[in-house]
Amino acid sequence: MSRRAVGSDVLIIGAGPAGLAAAYRVVESGVGASVVDDNPDVGGQIWRGEKEKPSTPEAAAWFEKIRKSKINFINGARVFQQPQSGLLLAECENDVCELSYQKLILATGARERFLPFPGWTLPNVMGAGGLQALVKTGFAIDGKKVVVAGSGPLLLAVADYLTRKGAEVIAIAEQASRANLFRFGLGLINQRGKASHAYKLKKRLRGVKYLIGCWVVAAHGVEKLERVTLQQAGRRFDVACDYLACGFHLVPNLELAELLGCSIEDGAVRVDEFQQTSVENVYSAGESTGIGGLELSLVEGEIAGLAATGQTPKARALFSNRDKQRRFGHLLNRTFELRRELRDLPLNDTIVCRCEDVSFERLRTSSSWREAKLHTRCGMGPCQGRICGTAVEFLFGWNVESVRPPVFPVRVGSMGGET
Amino acid sequence: MPEEVVVVVDGVLVRMPVGSMVSAAIMTAGVSSFRRSVSGEARGLLCGMGICFECRVTIDLQPHCRSCQTVCQNGMDIRTCE
Repeated sequence: MSRRAVGSDVLIIGAGPAGLAAAYRVVESGVGASVVDDNPDVGGQIWRGEKEKPSTPEAAAWFEKIRKSKINFINGARVFQQPQSGLLLAECENDVCELSYQKLILATGARERFLPFPGWTLPNVMGAGGLQALVKTGFAIDGKKVVVAGSGPLLLAVADYLTRKGAEVIAIAEQASRANLFRFGLGLINQRGKASHAYKLKKRLRGVKYLIGCWVVAAHGVEKLERVTLQQAGRRFDVACDYLACGFHLVPNLELAELLGCSIEDGAVRVDEFQQTSVENVYSAGESTGIGGLELSLVEGEIAGLAATGQTPKARALFSNRDKQRRFGHLLNRTFELRRELRDLPLNDTIVCRCEDVSFERLRTSSSWREAKLHTRCGMGPCQGRICGTAVEFLFGWNVESVRPPVFPVRVGSMGGET
Repeated sequence: MPEEVVVVVDGVLVRMPVGSMVSAAIMTAGVSSFRRSVSGEARGLLCGMGICFECRVTIDLQPHCRSCQTVCQNGMDIRTCE
């Protein structure tokens, strides 16, 4: 595998809103920045495909700023190892990039939380963001029946997007309680922009049932999804559908931060007021430091970019906005806290680890993540526990830790030296 | 009409808009089972963002490619469940 060296003053991992905002602030000061992302294009998940067609004035403004900036983008590159401090390796389509840096900003974003229930492994049961990404990247959903389920504001955004693309969204099943959502609405009164955004979304989705305190207990079908069973207020009922888009809010992507030895606290990268991690010269911004939404990611990215280039007063000027966005983040996470009934969804034969087909029954008797890995191979497949690890943290309260390089499966040739 | 690319999914020609992902082409071909799990279950796309590895297929004879992270190129030979 051939190797290519890329040196950067500031290296940014992740081309979502936080990474882009950081890069913009870095190059604005005349310092060089490279942004590495494993997706084929920039924007991360929330701004996927929006470089060409921005859906909001805010996205348009940011992409305009980025277009005018001299940022070195390396797309389709997946960071998998740190051979020494100040150097990362990324696997690209045809070669391996040796990324050296003075300062590093981790903007690795978040993924959906998936929870096991009977039938969740059936084809056409996907993440909410998963189905949206599929449609954004070329799949025509018009005329298809979709149930959107799980938890979090993403469900509304996905339902709205799919409806505009011609899907028939039969229902949105939100597991959070009515009381929680009511408090969330009250909490938004102090944030005019967010309240009006939520209001507009709900108005556009007028024809779609928003079932509160409702969740999927099973998906049914032969070889692919045919219907789902929903539960609300103790009552169960079946709904026929082509697709189930189901995700339970978001969890930060921490693997790279863990590999670098950054302290993790409450399931997020721990940072100081300048977004610096516990490791010198390594910063983190956006959802990797805790789920808080787009605005928080942007302002954290800006602060990280400013701090990494020594522009302390400018960074400090953004603290009050960050505080406000963090309050929204806390409100968000309290509102969409998972109800304990979701722990009872898997049956004995329900698969929990999808890579190695490990059932709930086989895991239930283990006392820890480590023991489960040793005895059942849970979390030892290609996703390296990214899906099941998050699930067992919730199901069993296990502490899921210990990443090992490579943090992603790579080609054998990428691991060795010169070949 | 937007520009198109033509790929082959399990021997069937599929036309997709330029820039589409292989995962979208597979679904457009009417295939929902991308791979078989270690115990033989049908599996399809889950996360859509390169994390879960459920959507891996064979592309131009290279196995284990994540179809949700691979952009369609003209003439690509895509095979599911190999």
